[in-house]
Amino acid sequence: MIENRPWLTFVSHATLIVGIGLVALPVWMALVASTHPASAFGVGHIPLWFGDAGAETWGSVLFEKAGNGVDTPVFWMMLNSLIMALGITFGKIAISLLSAYAIVFFRFPFRNLCFWIIFMTLMLPVEVRIVPTYEVIANLDLLNSYTGLTLPLIASATATFLFRQCFLSIPGELVEAARIDGAGPWRFFFDILLPLSRTNIAALFVILFIYGWNQYLWPLLITTDDAYYTLVMSIKRMLSVTDGDIAWNQIMATTLLAMLPPVAVVIGMQKLFVKGLVDSEK
Amino acid sequence: MTVTFPQKGLPWLLLLPQLAVTAIFFLWPAEQALEQAFYQEDAFGLSREFVGLDNFMDLFTDPLYYQSMLTTLVFSFSVAIGGMAVALLLAVMADRIIRGKLAYQTLLIWPYAVAPALAGVLWWILFDPSMGPIALWLDNIGINWNHYLDGNQAMILVVIAATWKQISYNFLFFLAGLQAVPRSLIEAAAIDGASPFKRFWTIVFPLLSPTTFFLLVVNLVYAFFETFGVIDATTKGGPGQSTTTLVYKVFDDGFVGLDLGGSAAQSVVLMGIVGLMTVIQFRYIERKVQYS
Repeated sequence: MIENRPWLTFVSHATLIVGIGLVALPVWMALVASTHPASAFGVGHIPLWFGDAGAETWGSVLFEKAGNGVDTPVFWMMLNSLIMALGITFGKIAISLLSAYAIVFFRFPFRNLCFWIIFMTLMLPVEVRIVPTYEVIANLDLLNSYTGLTLPLIASATATFLFRQCFLSIPGELVEAARIDGAGPWRFFFDILLPLSRTNIAALFVILFIYGWNQYLWPLLITTDDAYYTLVMSIKRMLSVTDGDIAWNQIMATTLLAMLPPVAVVIGMQKLFVKGLVDSEK
Repeated sequence: MTVTFPQKGLPWLLLLPQLAVTAIFFLWPAEQALEQAFYQEDAFGLSREFVGLDNFMDLFTDPLYYQSMLTTLVFSFSVAIGGMAVALLLAVMADRIIRGKLAYQTLLIWPYAVAPALAGVLWWILFDPSMGPIALWLDNIGINWNHYLDGNQAMILVVIAATWKQISYNFLFFLAGLQAVPRSLIEAAAIDGASPFKRFWTIVFPLLSPTTFFLLVVNLVYAFFETFGVIDATTKGGPGQSTTTLVYKVFDDGFVGLDLGGSAAQSVVLMGIVGLMTVIQFRYIERKVQYS
């Protein structure tokens, strides 16, 4: 605090509270809307206060079926999303740890070339090469499978860079000492490198989990079978019902359930989240 | 870092998974897109003929493509600048206060975790012309809101949804940037009698420029490539072509219009754009941030 200006402090708090209110507004409305029966939306406006159909809607969406043409219950799609998110997260972390290890602690021909090939994945997001990637997956017979949902997304330049930075900061004496004590490359990796990278792995885990859970275009393209629908992409399927027949209460409940896990992760692991966000942009 | 392990084969084994995934799911499709861009294929994929640069010629003589470029620019800059302005305001306020900073931060950063498609749906309903509370309120004050018919309003809607999600990210980076501004400078200015407003524009804002520039690039990349879900779940590029960004057009022409050659040519152009932005992000920003 440089000087005491009470009214300015008041303005600061007021601005922040208004900001938080605006940011929370759509979620609040969705929550209210999900507690009314579907018929309430036909009369011309979304009710502004909670109704009493909440438990019923949430229960049926979670355990019976999501509705609006999607017959799978939300908890099943949550499982699919969880499998996809964790698959992508662990996959990215594992293969990036290994490649960063190879690039930092070994000398071999074409080392730089390998590094650049990994770097190139940054320049080729799925969104810009949608059709050919779909064809590759179709050729490999990976449509409607968990492998197809996760494997193509687990290459990661960002994670490899992050681990490379982290490994480069490990003093050479440590490696030397380990080698003198007779530790081979695997032992060094598991007993020294992994424990040292624990915080980095945890921070990255938070960011990658959100990334994996929120995948939209990819599952939309490669899943046509209800059993493999993920929660985020199912919203699109639910919205493609003809306009008059949309049960908005079910859509709102599903939307809220779809954002709940990643939001909980961000709030619950705020420190790691911020660290991961800042680190992965370096 | 000079100490290494002597094994020669092991590093290849370690790199194998990453390189295999990259080759199969990134380089191969990219190569396919490059190849496809020079062919014209019928909609059933039964036959194709080499057409040279025709797909690119078609693309660059198509007024719709230029319109889509313009749409992308308007969309991206609105999202980037809007999101940064709001976030900067909130970050400056949060930086000023002492009590409750962490609570405010928590309540502001969670939208980062919301999938773009879901952000789109949430705002879509608030603005729904027949039942959305905001649309009804706008109607009351004399603005006729219907994003199903009015292209500009559809654009405003997707900009709001995409910006909403990105505010948290900008907020965190601005707050970190503000906290790195040396207190002594601000104290000196305060002693010289500069008002908080003046201190911000003459000291804090210039010192924030590396952060601002970094965020501008990151936000543009976000608006270009990560907002597909916002558009697909809400306007689907319409009404007309008014919210068809370049990324949405690749998808629409390829999967809905089944113009594979044209879509592939667009993919190639987009890869060029991402490449350029990545280089800017890595080369230029690294240098700029150094002196801060």
